[in-house]
Amino acid sequence: MDATTNFWATPGGWTLITVGQILAVMIWILLSLAFLLLADRKIWAGVQMRKGPNVVGPFGLLQSFADFLKFVLKEIVIPDGADKVVFILAPLISFVLAFAAWAVVPLAPGWVVSDINVGVLYLLAISSLGVYGIIMGGWASNSKYPFLGSLRSAAQMVSYEVSIGFVIITVILLAGTMNLQTIVEQQAGGFWNWYVFGGGLSNLPMILIMVPMAVVFFISALAETNRPPFDLPEAESELVAGYQVEYSSTPYLLFMIGEYANIVLMCAIITILFFGGWQAPFPTPFIESWPATAQSFFGFMWFFAKTVFFFFLIAMVKAIVPRYRYDQLMRLGWKVFLPFSLVAVVLVAAWRVFGPAQGAI
Amino acid sequence: MALQAIAFYLLATVTIGSGLAVVSVRNPVHSVLFLILTFFSAAGLFLLLGAEFLAMLLVVVYVGAVAVLFLFVVMMLDVDFGALKQGFARYAPVGAVVGGILAIEMIIVATAVARGGAASGAREPMSALDGLSNTETIGRVLYTDYVYFFQAAGLVLLVAMIGAIVLTLRHKPGVRRQVIADQVARNAQSGMRTVQIKPGEGMGE
Repeated sequence: MDATTNFWATPGGWTLITVGQILAVMIWILLSLAFLLLADRKIWAGVQMRKGPNVVGPFGLLQSFADFLKFVLKEIVIPDGADKVVFILAPLISFVLAFAAWAVVPLAPGWVVSDINVGVLYLLAISSLGVYGIIMGGWASNSKYPFLGSLRSAAQMVSYEVSIGFVIITVILLAGTMNLQTIVEQQAGGFWNWYVFGGGLSNLPMILIMVPMAVVFFISALAETNRPPFDLPEAESELVAGYQVEYSSTPYLLFMIGEYANIVLMCAIITILFFGGWQAPFPTPFIESWPATAQSFFGFMWFFAKTVFFFFLIAMVKAIVPRYRYDQLMRLGWKVFLPFSLVAVVLVAAWRVFGPAQGAI
Repeated sequence: MALQAIAFYLLATVTIGSGLAVVSVRNPVHSVLFLILTFFSAAGLFLLLGAEFLAMLLVVVYVGAVAVLFLFVVMMLDVDFGALKQGFARYAPVGAVVGGILAIEMIIVATAVARGGAASGAREPMSALDGLSNTETIGRVLYTDYVYFFQAAGLVLLVAMIGAIVLTLRHKPGVRRQVIADQVARNAQSGMRTVQIKPGEGMGE
């Protein structure tokens, strides 16, 4: 026993166990994505009273795997005038960054690859890097539509990052920490402790600020991930498919998986910051006696359910809301969300300093 | 510690290599991309030093926002590569002098740091207050001891921002703009006109 514990403490053992954790998280996300993609299409179809994919496998359950095989087996076409290295690099960056962010996401009590102190900032940093995959892909294609799409996307993502940052600051102010695991732990004990409701009954007036902030975050997340109604970088009626026009086969697949991984990541971040992460919506004194693994699975179930719920909302938005015009998108980001979230930061900070729970960080 | 040393040498090599590539590659867009790689690996070096807050800020601010705008501008420029090369011989001596001074300064700093063993990770910055992460320490120092400097820096940025807006804001006459408030305030009475038209006469202008 001593020999094995010592092995896991050595650099080699540490590397091995971390790689194992990373692989486990990645495989789980990829498998979930396969079915979430199908769910996305099914929900979209349902709203439009179609059946959606229903041929491959029972209820079309294997549709994503069939699509995957199709993408992988096709030929990769690289345009003649393209910058080949950047052209191939762009989807890789998109893909890698979308998964790198999951390193700090606490999936359940103790289930996190890297429990770092600045987890929130890390998420913000990685999501701000995501724009490079798109902008590089659009530029390297050496073609008009992709370039226009990538410029749009760069402006859009930079704009909405600002309001996302401020919304995150309100949660950090309430939590007093940037460690995601601690943020989730502080929301224990029932839904009234979630930060969307101000985090605890003593902070109840904050509900007036935090509920709108959660909404702002949700809408900004749509813009940040280029989802409808903000899918201007790939608006098919104007730009064919935006930055993805010249992409085919596996590079396109990487772009698409990266995009969906980012969407699910945003759902996970909303869950963690506002809706208690892996905490159940009611007090759970009865799980104290359970073994640690069972507690983790119990928490993971809640985390998964909440994330899927927000994915459902995002899928519904895609089916229901018409696309924004570009100037309206910019107006919403800079003239509505930015001042709104800035005022919210001031108010939450004032509450922390002068409110009843002052100094209790 | 072995892992830290490997990470340090890897990141340092990438930083220096991509820094060289910034000035040596021909395509300006590639230059900016290498610059981004330099920023990114510099953030990694900050992490190794235990300054995780600075590392994340470097990525968020410089890589995530400033460099995107660089890239944005450079991509839209129609760059003539021949013209770029023309002034090379004239500016080379000046560049060499500046580069030389910088190199000497950095060698002096590097030797001083190397005596403490930079790669071993032994010189982690210590928090001035016990039990606080370096994020909290930075916050306390910034908002208490240096609050006036902080405010002054904010003022400078505000002036710069207003200046940029004043320089670029142009009011073109005759441009129809969307006024959201007007659209929302419209109702059936103000937005619609009912006209009685007699048959055979049409509506006069």
